[in-house]
Amino acid sequence: MKIIVTVKQVPDTTGKVSVKPDGTLDRASMETVTNPDDLNAVEAALQLKDQYGAKVITVTMGPMQAESMLRELYAMGVDECVLVSGREFGGSDTYATSQIIAAAIDTIGLDEDDIILAGRQAIDGDTAQVGPQIAEKLHLPQVSYAAEITKEDDGLLIKRMLEDGYMMIKVKTPCLITCVKELNEPRYMSVQGIEDCFDKEIRILSYEDLKDHPLIDKTTIGLQGSPTNIYKSFTPPQKSAGRMLKGNAQETAAELAKCLAEKHLI
Amino acid sequence: MTFNSMNLDEFHDVWVFAEQRQGELMPAVLELISEGRKLADELHCELHAVLPGHDVDSLAVTLGGYGADKVLIYDHELLKNYRTETYTEVIAQAVETYKPEILLFVASNIGRDLAPRCAARLHTGLCADCTHLDVDLGGYIDFLRKESSVDVDNTSFESKMFDVERNLKMTRPAFGGHLMATIVCPRFRPAMATVRPGVMKLREYSAEKAAAVQVEKPAFRLDESDVQTDIIEIVKSTRKQVDLIGADVIVSVGQGIARDVEKGLALAAELADELGGVLGATRAVIDNGWLSADHQVGQTGKTVRPKIYIALGISGAIQHKSGMQDSECIIAVNKAENAPIFEIADYGIVGDLFDVAPKLIEEFRKAKQ
Repeated sequence: MKIIVTVKQVPDTTGKVSVKPDGTLDRASMETVTNPDDLNAVEAALQLKDQYGAKVITVTMGPMQAESMLRELYAMGVDECVLVSGREFGGSDTYATSQIIAAAIDTIGLDEDDIILAGRQAIDGDTAQVGPQIAEKLHLPQVSYAAEITKEDDGLLIKRMLEDGYMMIKVKTPCLITCVKELNEPRYMSVQGIEDCFDKEIRILSYEDLKDHPLIDKTTIGLQGSPTNIYKSFTPPQKSAGRMLKGNAQETAAELAKCLAEKHLI
Repeated sequence: MTFNSMNLDEFHDVWVFAEQRQGELMPAVLELISEGRKLADELHCELHAVLPGHDVDSLAVTLGGYGADKVLIYDHELLKNYRTETYTEVIAQAVETYKPEILLFVASNIGRDLAPRCAARLHTGLCADCTHLDVDLGGYIDFLRKESSVDVDNTSFESKMFDVERNLKMTRPAFGGHLMATIVCPRFRPAMATVRPGVMKLREYSAEKAAAVQVEKPAFRLDESDVQTDIIEIVKSTRKQVDLIGADVIVSVGQGIARDVEKGLALAAELADELGGVLGATRAVIDNGWLSADHQVGQTGKTVRPKIYIALGISGAIQHKSGMQDSECIIAVNKAENAPIFEIADYGIVGDLFDVAPKLIEEFRKAKQ
């Protein structure tokens, strides 16, 4: 059994985020992290490996700098890290990204009992689209928002979260599952893993390696091949500083009630 | 005629995917019908709801009442409960047959599962979790004037690539709300979007529109061979989920209640009750298990825009602020004078929530009399 996990290195939007005057993100000034939901997917893969034995392969698309993240994944216990990298892939939206990653997964190869795991969504774009779009491109069944994954003889039993409850869904392999954070608590890197991770080889898949795959075509990848484009980007208006109410608890509460009543808010 | 998503001229009308669960429409579908009506009027075309399900004919009237001209019902036993594969199959067939110009989904756990799969199959663009939609360029510019820091009078809105007057402009937050982006899908149709629940205004229900709604049951092909998953069971949460998105007033608690969690929650709940509101919380409160996850406001929780947002003992981490900073009136109570929450608060009170909250309850009660 192979478990392929899609991962992404993202700017840490929970920390300091700076925006350039032209309304684009100043990525250089930001820390990068492994997308949090992707770590839940990696953990789920490692747990299945611990229990049943499996080869865990992560696939990421990005610049060569993503190597630092991949070393950390090796240190967690991942068996092979694949980096899909090339100028031709830059500027891809979710449609184009899924074409490329689907081609990479197909190049790695999928067998009957293989599983693809993805995080629910990435914290930079929050789209949750690439997972389902990879599944479509590979003609695989998908189950998203998985909070429990149980392996059964001929497939997986998934607890799929809904806003108002959940569904229990059985799905045959190969399939694609997207994972929510309730699924597990990602493990730390092991000491031995950290020692060994720098000797591990990272498999690079470049445009040259993928260009003959049927999914790869100049009209379906990169900025040129992306159906969506950014028309404008901007920052929300700065909220002007509010009013600090002065006095003790009783006085400030009375003043606030008066202000809200004047504005007909209460 | 074969389907080619690049033949833009063949596409017309605005569609909304009418998501139902166990025969009940998701409330946000009606928000999308309302918004879809506006877009259809701007494009001078019709608004259609596409409704897959089983025995769901009775929902058509409601969809009509909020603005749909026509409801396309795809009725099949296999469509009774949502499955990615059967719903994708039916939506794709419907789009290939009728070629809508715009296709909207609620950004629910189902909409966000289905829409990307459909977009990938149809070879078109999809914008996730939108909070604002425009066709009319003037309306879009007005929106930017109010809701952005863009100097609209010195900005060009022209494009050599596409017709800026007719293409759907889909606006959404990115990077945890630090940045907003307006996305277009200029070369393919339909232009697809999932839309955040709670952001689009509901129109008034019209009995006349409801009576006039047309219902069509198009032919389609679906059989057991299209099914790839088994639904073992569907479990509805027995506890009523808190409706943060629909609430006019939210009283949220943060780490500040740690000193006496039970009392802190009780005070917040009483204050919320007094204002007819509901209880929200930061991620830390959820992670500590003090409240269930449906109360969480923030980047990983819900984005809310109530009329009044009261933050009790919340420092104001970006993760939290990005989910509530668009609230109409923000009131912050915190012991620390330099807490970041005060930077976005309309009214700030430096003090202990355990002292201030009881006084707020008392004063609000008085003010209402």
